[in-house]
Amino acid sequence: MAEKLVVIGNGMAGIRTIEELLKIDPQAFDITVFGAEPYGNYNRIMLSPVLTGEKSFTDIVTHDEQWYVDNAVTLYKGISVTEIDRVKRRVIAADGTTADYDRLLIATGSNPFVIPMPGHNLPGVVTFRDMHDVDSMIDAANKYKNAVVIGGGLLGLEAANGLMQQGMNVTVVHIMDTLMERQLDKVAANMLRSSLEERGLNFMMGAQTDAILGKERVENVRFADGTEIAADLVVMAVGIRPNMELALKSGIHCERGIVVSDTMQTFDPRIYAVGECVQHRGITYGLVAPLFEMAKVCANHLARYGIGRYVGSVTSTKLKVTGIDLFSAGDFTGNDQTEELIFQDASSGVYRKLVVQDNKIQGAVMYGDTIDGSWYFDLLRDGTDISDMRKNILFGQAHLGDSGHGENNRVAAMADSAEICGCNGVCKGDIVKAVVDKKLFTLEDVRAHTKASSSCGSCTGLVEALLAHTVGGDFSTAPHLKPLCGCTEHTHDEVRAAIVKQELKSVRDVMTFLEWKTPDGCSKCRPALNYYVVCAWPKEGMDDYQSRFINERVHANIQKDGTYSVIPRMWGGGTTPQELRAIADVAEEYNVKTVHVTGGQRIGLYGLKKEQLPAIWKKLNAAGMVSGHAYGKALRTVKTCVGKEWCRFGTQDSTQLGVEMEKLSWGSWTPHKFKMAASGCPRNCAEATIKDLGVVCVDSGYELHVGGNGGVKVRATDYLCNVKTEEEVLEYVAAFMQLYRKEAHYLERTAPWLERVGLTYVKEQIVENETNRKQLAAEFRESQQYMQDDPWAERAQGTDKHEFEPIAMVMVGNQAVPA
Amino acid sequence: MQTETVMNEKNWVEIGKIDDIPRLGARVVRTEEGDIAVFRTADDEIFAVRDKCPHKGGPLSQGIVHGKKVACPLHNWNIHLDSGEAVAPDEGCAATYPVRVTGTTIYLSTIPDTGCPNQ
Ligand code: SRM
Ligand SMILES: Cc1cc2nc3c(=O)[nH]c(=O)nc-3n(C[C@H](O)[C@H](O)[C@H](O)COP(=O)(O)OP(=O)(O)OC[C@H]3O[C@@H](n4cnc5c(N)ncnc54)[C@H](O)[C@@H]3O)c2cc1C
Ligand code: SF4
Ligand code: FES
Repeated sequence: MAEKLVVIGNGMAGIRTIEELLKIDPQAFDITVFGAEPYGNYNRIMLSPVLTGEKSFTDIVTHDEQWYVDNAVTLYKGISVTEIDRVKRRVIAADGTTADYDRLLIATGSNPFVIPMPGHNLPGVVTFRDMHDVDSMIDAANKYKNAVVIGGGLLGLEAANGLMQQGMNVTVVHIMDTLMERQLDKVAANMLRSSLEERGLNFMMGAQTDAILGKERVENVRFADGTEIAADLVVMAVGIRPNMELALKSGIHCERGIVVSDTMQTFDPRIYAVGECVQHRGITYGLVAPLFEMAKVCANHLARYGIGRYVGSVTSTKLKVTGIDLFSAGDFTGNDQTEELIFQDASSGVYRKLVVQDNKIQGAVMYGDTIDGSWYFDLLRDGTDISDMRKNILFGQAHLGDSGHGENNRVAAMADSAEICGCNGVCKGDIVKAVVDKKLFTLEDVRAHTKASSSCGSCTGLVEALLAHTVGGDFSTAPHLKPLCGCTEHTHDEVRAAIVKQELKSVRDVMTFLEWKTPDGCSKCRPALNYYVVCAWPKEGMDDYQSRFINERVHANIQKDGTYSVIPRMWGGGTTPQELRAIADVAEEYNVKTVHVTGGQRIGLYGLKKEQLPAIWKKLNAAGMVSGHAYGKALRTVKTCVGKEWCRFGTQDSTQLGVEMEKLSWGSWTPHKFKMAASGCPRNCAEATIKDLGVVCVDSGYELHVGGNGGVKVRATDYLCNVKTEEEVLEYVAAFMQLYRKEAHYLERTAPWLERVGLTYVKEQIVENETNRKQLAAEFRESQQYMQDDPWAERAQGTDKHEFEPIAMVMVGNQAVPA
Repeated sequence: MQTETVMNEKNWVEIGKIDDIPRLGARVVRTEEGDIAVFRTADDEIFAVRDKCPHKGGPLSQGIVHGKKVACPLHNWNIHLDSGEAVAPDEGCAATYPVRVTGTTIYLSTIPDTGCPNQ
């Protein structure tokens, strides 16, 4: 029989935990939920747009009552739990209902703090926490004129804006001199205040309220200096307190909140707690992003997966007032150890400040243009060393060069018909509709339902922005430590570390050791695991072909009609009459539909049937050609120019150098494809500065450049260093590739990897530390011993024959024929 | 492995042995009405599905097999091997075909199960 799980609190954290639990083990528990509010679950953060009238209550319901029925969850709505009997393991509700539990989850959220000043009980004094509060505010707005909001923080300003939209004359009273002092610095706060004033809000700063006056209902608010202002409605938005009364009363250890461990357990291990009611490692939270991370960990433990720990969150904030762009994250006040980087353009209303310590971002405040907020937030959470970006960082992550979107990057201003995802033809309207109708919260959900950003990914930033814009607040904020995929809680880095440390030498071993949740993983994790195994154990690791994407399994690239392409290697972009003749012969003999000169300086043959491949490869092999790995997450091409041999400007033999680089590195598997180039002089005809590694020859030697990309998002390389000899170039190539191979995440190209770890780190590893460079280069060469067998030659000789032939042929009328 | 196919009255065609198909892999049976993909799961269950993805016709036989599902190689839709249905939220199906395993020999019927128009 399933164990019993009782949940106290039918809010965002509690229900999210249940959802996570149902996802991983729907049978584990009989679930009962008590909720003090009289509905299913709704998206609390969207109360602000309900108050402004931009949304209705039904728009923000995330789980209607049918959801509880469909998922066999018993819901007691409108019923508060008043007692937990920990000995009998039973909860007792206000109306006498009882429920026994094996595990209990407390998710009671928090209570708005009400300043106990005279008059705080008068009718017309409300807080801003639940739907009931919103109803009372809208009701008051219909009848009365003057509203006073006490508190100039996030909630206060959203309440004030909403009441103003409802037609009231609103004054915000704030005890401090600047608004949102916990999220904004003075400059941004003042910019915010003036734009809110322009919209019609009134402010009283540095004002201390003393009493609320009135007979039947509020009439005035009085300040410490004796002045009074008229008020028909007073909203108290001065802060929240974790709702831990019930826990305290039941003898569960509480401090400022219910104290929980990294596994979300309270001091009574049968009792878990998540959400705003908890205190974890001394911190309480008031935003949803951390709660969702807690929910995930908690669900995992309830389902006895026993993995995953909550280690705390850094949070970021946005203000949900339509038309106001504001973002803040981390510690933005700084101290004597920190420096500030500031960009301010008063006339266009843009302000950005980064607080930096030891070249790492500690906090960010942005006003006016927040498109780069999520980028700064990632740099902050990853602890990326920004020394090399300092000069440009305030200008943002050059969105120039994102292919497929023209100049569009402001989602709010876009028309519904604007195409967001160029690969799958998904428009803004489609995404917004799916997000609203299907109640989507995460990027993954949007990808699954609309296909937007599920192909090349260049529109990911736009989709995230659109999601945040539509859903509001921090909903889209991805958890910091992302699991590799839905089959595990482990991150890429954790998996890689385990493979090395535990000597896991096959995909199966990894999945068994790390307790994979699905029997055979999925199409996302298996190729990643296989790469990690092959990279860590080039000699003994088991290369599992069934875990490779089709292209790498059959060493040819699948085309839209199920045929394949064949692209032989042309070392450094050079070829010979003999090779060209062999290609021409094959093309004729096999009736090749398209012969195309690729973007990588070689020739591609398209439209071949799988069965034909081994025979074609055999012929190309005979002319001395091998696989070009155009299909693999592997070394692709080394593009070269003719260099010193012919060109009047050439300074070194770039062509021969390119050939050497390709001979050194071909056959290596890499986290994503890897491209190189060598140009004979700074005119750079081989476009070395948009390659993963590019060499620009100069009179005194060779300039090395890394981390370029010419695809979805153009990124010019970063300059690494100069070297004097070809041998050194090759050593650096080997070392750089090995570092990338060992440390990048699967499907992460050098450009994003470099931005994540920072150029300084790569320089430390490769340029400054000679021993380390030599060590990495040696590892690379060692690994290459096992990689440089031409896969085409092996298959032309019969390896993996089953891959290329049907198992049987059956004629119509079921006449048997040999395959 | 090339196998002579043999018929019996019930329309079953012998197509080969279990070990002709790699675990977590597939092979194709070529028929005049198009290819049928025959899959083998990790625990040696065999399924036969029209080799044509409901999305844009991708060859499912070339996909990565996991659990009782296959991920289409072209755009990564996932298809249930037992029902031929696409995994939600994608919608569509590929027809399934009866298979029978006797000892280690696989028999296939080329008459599709009813229910899916994508035959
Ligand atoms: C064949 C070729 C087009 C051509 O006919 O010229 C090509 C074809 C494909 N490219 Fe490419 N790319 C080709 C040169 C390029 C170049 C130019 C270059 O290498 O100088 C680029 C931009 C440079 C770069 O990578 O930085 C390029 C950027 C991409 C991208 C975007 C990568 C990125 O990081 O932004 C993808 C998508 C991906 O890899 O995820 C892609 C993916 C593809 C795929 C593999 C799509 C797929 O998965 O099926 C195409 C395979 C067709 C096939 O069967 O061969 N292709 N692709 C070129 C092969 C070069 C070669 O000889 O190996
Ligand atoms: C107006 C508003 C705007 C917000 N905007 C944002 C934003 O933009 N971004 C962001 O990240 N966060 C925002 N938040 C904060 C966010 O909504 C909360 O962090 C989140 O809802 C907390 O989830 P929770 O489950 O801990 O608590 P809640 O969602 O409050 O759920 C707790 C539930 O438990 C019930 N309960 C309490 N005690 C009992 C009991 N004894 N018995 C039964 N039921 C009980 C309560 O009635 C409540 O329904 C906003 C909050 C408000 C009010
Ligand atoms: S070859 Fe490259 S650019 Fe052309 S369609 Fe395919 S992926 Fe897109
Ligand atoms: S054809 Fe199968 S996913 Fe597109």
